[in-house]
Order: sequence, then C-alpha cells, then structure tokens
Amino acid sequence: MILVYIEVREGKVKKSSLEALSEGARRAKDFKTEVNAVLVGDKMDNLASEVFPYGAEKIYLLENALFGHYSAESYAQALMTLIEEIKPDVVFFSASAMGKDLSPRVAAKLGVGLASDCTSTAARDGKLEITRPVFAGKILVALTFKSKPQIATLRPNVLPLAEPAAAKGEVIKKEVVIAEDQIKGKAVEVIRGEGAELDVTEAEIVVSGGRGMKGPENYDLLRELTAILPQSAVGASRSAVDAGWIDHQHQVGQTGKTVSPNLYIAFGISGAIQHLAGMSSSKCIVAVNKDPEAPIFKVADYGLVGDLFQVIPHLKEELKKILKD
Amino acid sequence: MNICVFVKRVPDTESKIRINQESNTIIEEGLNFVLSPYDEYAVEEALKLREAKGGQVTVVSVGPEEAMVVLKKCLAMGADEAVLVKDDQGETYDSLRISKIIAQAVKKKFADFDLLLFGKQSVGADNAQVPAMVAEFMGLPQVNVVTKLEIEGNTGTAWREIEGALEKFKFSLPAVLSAQKGLNEPRYETLKGIMAAKKKEIPVWTLNELDLGEEELNPQLEIVKMESPPPREAGKIIEGEPAEAAQKLVELLRNEAKVI
Repeated sequence: MILVYIEVREGKVKKSSLEALSEGARRAKDFKTEVNAVLVGDKMDNLASEVFPYGAEKIYLLENALFGHYSAESYAQALMTLIEEIKPDVVFFSASAMGKDLSPRVAAKLGVGLASDCTSTAARDGKLEITRPVFAGKILVALTFKSKPQIATLRPNVLPLAEPAAAKGEVIKKEVVIAEDQIKGKAVEVIRGEGAELDVTEAEIVVSGGRGMKGPENYDLLRELTAILPQSAVGASRSAVDAGWIDHQHQVGQTGKTVSPNLYIAFGISGAIQHLAGMSSSKCIVAVNKDPEAPIFKVADYGLVGDLFQVIPHLKEELKKILKD
Repeated sequence: MNICVFVKRVPDTESKIRINQESNTIIEEGLNFVLSPYDEYAVEEALKLREAKGGQVTVVSVGPEEAMVVLKKCLAMGADEAVLVKDDQGETYDSLRISKIIAQAVKKKFADFDLLLFGKQSVGADNAQVPAMVAEFMGLPQVNVVTKLEIEGNTGTAWREIEGALEKFKFSLPAVLSAQKGLNEPRYETLKGIMAAKKKEIPVWTLNELDLGEEELNPQLEIVKMESPPPREAGKIIEGEPAEAAQKLVELLRNEAKVI
C-alpha cells in the first residue's frame, strides 16, 4: 500500500500534496496495490471530498485539537502511529516547506531512509526507484531503499496532477493522543507579506530579474508583469539579492530556490552556473539580455537580445492583449 | 549559552560537477571546496548569540580529514572549539546515517548545550534532513529554515520561511535550529583569528570512540546511478526592434510553446 501525506495549511489542502497523491496513484497501479491518504489537523470534515478525486481509496483523518498549531514533533508522532498500524510499503510527502520539515522526523522515528525532493518515481522489480536532483540540479541521482517503508518527498510543480475523477472512498477518523507537554516547539502564526505572494517554487510562471535590473525600484516592472500573468511570481538572481534589491525569498539558484515552472523569463540575468542549476528544469525558458554572449542564451528556448527596459513595456502591452479574454 | 554548530565541506556553488560513472561518485579533482554556504549563517548566529549572552561555540564536522579546512575557517571566524568526527564514507545521500553519528556525538561529548545549529541544507546532497532527524533522535524541538531568531531565557522565537510567508515558532531550549540566508550577514575571518586558528588543536573523534558500529551506520539508500541532466539546447533568437520582438515572443509563447 502507498500512503500519501496531504498537507493542510490554513484549512486548505495544498496543491503539491495532491500532485504527490497523483504520483502515488500512478505507482499504486504499477505495484497493483492501493493508495491511501492521511491528513493531520484539528478540523478537517470538509477536506476529504477535495482529496478523493485524485485517487485515494481511503482517507485517514488524524485529529487532535493540538494539531491546530503545526509542530513536527506532534505531527510525526501521529503519522508514526498510523504507519505502524497500517504498514504502508511507500510513503510520499510533498517536498513543501512542511513536508521537508516533517518527513525527516517521521523517517528518524521509524529508523528508515528518506529520499528528498524527487522529480520522478518508478516501480522496478517490486521496489520503488526515485530520481532526484543533487547539487541543485547539476546532477541527477537514482536511488532505491534498503529500508521499509520507502519514504520520499516529491518536488512541487514537477509531477503532473491527475485528472480529477468523481470518486469517493472510505473516511477513517482517528483521535490521536498527544500530551501537550511533549510538544516543545510549535507554530503560533503565519505571517504573509502584502498581497499574499505566490512562492517561486509554486508558481507556473516565474519572471526573474538579475543585475541588469539596475536597482530595486525596477523590480516593479517585473511585478507589473506578474500582475498580468496568472499564477506567476517574481524571481531574482543571487547578485540582485546580494545587492539588497530584493528579498532572498525570491532568489533562484544553488543558494536560493530550485524552480521548475512552465515558463521562466530571465531579464538581465547573465546565467552563472549556480543560477542555471536552479532553473534549468523549467519547461520553457525566455532570456532577455543586452549581451548576446550571455550564457543564459545557451539554455533559453527563446532569446531576445536587447534592452529589457525597452522590451518590458511592449511585452506588457502584448500580454495584456492576449490575456484579457 | 553553549552552542554546537554542525558544518560540512562542500564544492563551491560555481563548480561544474563531473561524475565517475563506475563508482557513482563526483570527481573531486579540480574542485574548490568551501564551508557549505548555509552553515556560514549558522556559525555567524552562534557567534552573535555568544557575544550577547556569553557561553561557548563549538563547531563540529563529520567527514574526512580534509574537512579540517572548514573547521579552521570557523575558528578563524571566532568559534571557541572545533572537533572533527572522522568519517571516510563517501556521500551516500542518506541523512539517517549522519544524523545518528551527530546525535551520538552530542550525547557522549556535549552534555551541556542550549542550541544545536545547522545550515538549512548542505549544498550538494541538498537533503535538508539532518537537523530534523537529529532533533528526533535527541527528543528536541526544531525550527528549520530560520530567517530571524530571538532567545529570551529558556525560550525562543524563530521565524521560518514557508511558501510565500513566514511561520513564527515558539520553542523551549535546548533546541535544534537550521539557518537560511537572510538570518544574518556572516563575518569575514580576521587576520588575528586566522593566526589563532592555525595554532589551535582540533581533536579528532573516531566512530569507534562514539560506540557506533558498522551495522547501524549502513546507509538505508542505495545509489543506482548518477548522471548529468540532458543538456538544454539553445533555442530561437528573436530578432527585431523591441516592439516587434515582444510581439513575436508573445505569439511564440502562446502558439508554439503553449505556456501562456
């Protein structure tokens, strides 16, 4: 059996967990087994109906009033209890901020290996084989597991979401006993910036600016583009972040985030190897740069040699025209 | 306030990584090795806390003899003590093994600590697993990917990065924290620090000494193969004046690439 952890944030099911469930359903088919989902939280009554369409046969709801505040300690305790009871062969998490925080604690509790941030999974001779980027994508490594359950976190935005089906299965509620004094650290608040920005790792389109942006004020040009483009976010190169032009949350590359959007537009980014490592798995790359020799053009599907300050206003107009309807 | 910081020696981020297909390892020849960038933020935070609250900063690396270089750098930045836990096992991409070694080292050698600090991930394995695994083995609270930290007596508040937001955590000490870029601005080594670090003796502990046997350290992951990702091919260069080029680009994105 494959078990997929479905993350709930502020009462909502996270899309990247549904991607993990979709992948779990695909592997369950290969292994001729079933895929089940598990949610941890305090009030989750309406959430199962959002999860069933992605292939779960059973949904476990692990409930406790204390789960209203995320804590890896208590969530891992709850998951371990379930895993020991139902003994899945494979457990998937999304490699989201919570998935990365929680899964190692679960793996350590069970004393098993964990593969992080996988970009593909496969069934080979009855075992799970995963592929994951290391060195921020400069290298791909294929791994198998010597321990069970085989636990992996799956990179958001890479594995396709299944076509939702009109499916419904069994909901199994479990009250989890957690002593409050066992929780020594917990989340007390989520603080969002203005306008609840989409993270670059979750965006379908990333509009990124580098040294060629010339200063922090010009990032507004990129924000104007993301205001037009659906599901988009502003990214940046390391040199722009190190210059203090934009917060490091936006940095793409080896000491920033690795992204795989449908479309990555690089404005004034030369394409240092550590930046290319973080965005080369994007499905389509556009580069706009004054320097025709910039290494970014070697990976770009579409290159535009020119001054970004002249290009952006026209681009904005053209995008507005086609995205209006 | 006694703090242990765990650091790793890694190839610098500008490195082009080549693979030995037979041994499933990276080719180290010609690489420039550095202190893993996120570990620098952890070391800096430890030094700042010591400056504010007193105590001691000990830096520990699990790795080969060559990791001495990064321990020397941490000493030159201002750490009080450094220790090498000698481990000649190459990269296995299995964090469970390293976490067991670290947890055992802390239990045996550092009874009295308030914080265990890490970089949010090593540059290379990119696992981001060790801090949470160590926290689990030690029964401690954890906050990972921290960009702001405040300690008051026996409790702390940390802000950690999540998707498009910050998550504020309250925790009790002792605790495990991992540092993200933005937490601070790491200091440079001083000349005086470099001279002192040169003279400082760095004790070496063996896995034997930590009572760790081979079986419990067997990696739980097996490398099947390593390869370079398929190279991307350069695509079309769009010619023309900005207005014309922008129009062509949008047309191609919509009708050819079908991404907008």
